[in-house]
Amino acid sequence: MPNFIMSYLDSKDAMTPGGAGSQFWALMYVLIIFAGVSVAVICMNWIERKVLAHFQVRLGPMRVGPHGLLQPIADALKLMLKEDIIPAEADQFVFWVAPLIGLLAAFTVYTVIPFGPSQAVSDMNIGILFMLGVSSLGVLGIVVAGWASNSHYPLIGALRSSAQMVSYEVAMGLAVVSAILMTSMNVSGTGTLSMIGIVQAQQQQGIWFLFKFFPLGLIAFAIFAIAMVAEVNRAPFDLAEAESELTAGFHTEYSGLRWSLFMLAEYASMIAVSSIAVTLWLGGWMRPFPNLLHAPAWDFIFSLFPGLTFGGLAAIALIGTARMPAHSFFKIQRIGLAVFAALLGFLALLLLVIAVAGRSADGSVAARLNEGIGYVYWFLFKVAVFMYLFIWYRATWPRYRFDQLMKVGWKVLLPISLGVLILTAVVGVIVS
Amino acid sequence: MNPAINSALNSGMAPVATPWFFYALAGLAVASGMAVITRRNAVHSALALIVTLLSVAGLYLMLYAPFVAGVQIIVYAGGIMVLFLFVIMLVNLDRSSKERQFNRMWPVGLAAACALLALFVSVIVKGKALFPDRGMTLPESSNTQQVAAMLYGEAGRMGQYTFAFEIASLLLLVAILGAVIMTKKKI
Repeated sequence: MPNFIMSYLDSKDAMTPGGAGSQFWALMYVLIIFAGVSVAVICMNWIERKVLAHFQVRLGPMRVGPHGLLQPIADALKLMLKEDIIPAEADQFVFWVAPLIGLLAAFTVYTVIPFGPSQAVSDMNIGILFMLGVSSLGVLGIVVAGWASNSHYPLIGALRSSAQMVSYEVAMGLAVVSAILMTSMNVSGTGTLSMIGIVQAQQQQGIWFLFKFFPLGLIAFAIFAIAMVAEVNRAPFDLAEAESELTAGFHTEYSGLRWSLFMLAEYASMIAVSSIAVTLWLGGWMRPFPNLLHAPAWDFIFSLFPGLTFGGLAAIALIGTARMPAHSFFKIQRIGLAVFAALLGFLALLLLVIAVAGRSADGSVAARLNEGIGYVYWFLFKVAVFMYLFIWYRATWPRYRFDQLMKVGWKVLLPISLGVLILTAVVGVIVS
Repeated sequence: MNPAINSALNSGMAPVATPWFFYALAGLAVASGMAVITRRNAVHSALALIVTLLSVAGLYLMLYAPFVAGVQIIVYAGGIMVLFLFVIMLVNLDRSSKERQFNRMWPVGLAAACALLALFVSVIVKGKALFPDRGMTLPESSNTQQVAAMLYGEAGRMGQYTFAFEIASLLLLVAILGAVIMTKKKI
């Protein structure tokens, strides 16, 4: 076992565990990602409820733990203890297997998401193709769940969902292709489909594909950003689970743990599609402005960001502690929030110490750790912006009507994305 | 045959996965393929077909063809099967599940299947001299790029399939237009 660990650490010149053929580290990465995504979904649950509440000038969950921090854990416990009902008329096996299909598809794509040049489970030659393909399998879980419930609303939800996904996948795919075309704007003239290769292409060309061939990259990105919301069935495209029309859409008949698996899959695939957008157009793991501000001093300043983020969170928690009402009823909550703030502060301190210790890029352990933290931090930061956008959309926009949805997909997004694809190709040929 | 393929053939690359994977995937493909035709419920058949398609995609991966595997998943498992399920859900399953599952033509089908099996067996037995000892293995890291070079590379050197590829895509376009025109009375 130690041999496995050391061999990977020694020969670690930008190799993913899959590339280095290290099964031990591949397994470690898979476990870390699985745990990380689950924790992120739990956090997202709390943040979404809080942010939505604040959008609507409410408080949101406040009772379970300080500022409702323990609410997602209470929810998870409740869902696990709830009775798991399978309707008598349902197709038992398919009903049972449907949430697993969705979950499997949502989590499988994480094998190729590049959190850094070597911080991915594997660097597949067909990375982006694999991601699009496997995430398109997720719709099967929804469709099959709606059918197996043997009930009207779920079936309508499933039909809507499948039509919607098939329509928006086309525009999404064309937008992705125009980004892939941009990867071939190098000396050798061959592009790449590998997720890591796409980010490296942006690094070599010194520009995020968002700004490449302005405004073509921007339009392609906008199309992807719209289509991906439809792809994960989020508002304003959440017709599959439109609560005002279909009670809960495809998962009306689901309860307890099985229902929570659907939620887990939905949030996991939200993170997954956001990371596709980040990888293709927003420079993946790269920090902002590596082309303009490339002095070592700037490297150091940007490496302070992870620590400062956690420091800011700790400060917010501290302010919350100070502002707790002085009533004895809130004593335990106050202590809990103070401990949470201390924990965040400790993390912030640790990250700052690493940033200071590893500021010289001399290949020491601290320097490499600092580098790796920087990659993962910037990637997750960009993904987090998208996650916030998802909540923002949901709070802001009313749901589309079904015919409007189809109209937008086929008559607006598809022609624009085709045009952008052709223009990108033309400009690429002219420039090279 | 281009030099890249030759060098890959001669270097004797290590296999991606053990034969165990092949037998597991092939077995899964055959078993779920049987399930496709024996299930009474059309949705169960469609689900079994998805398993078949995915295991065939796994076999493509074992053949050093990641691009084909990815396209198989996107086009068949993700696109066409969703349409299949969409259509199946719109038709009345109760009536069709009461109907006879096999019609009287089954002896003909059996004969055709046996003939195909005989063909496969004869190719395996006699065809040793026809095929190279080792499979054609392109380096996995540049496989997709090789496919692109074959399709779009300079004519004469690598891109010997450009014309055939474009003709095929034109044919598909005509088919799409035809489908639209035949279903729409007024355009």
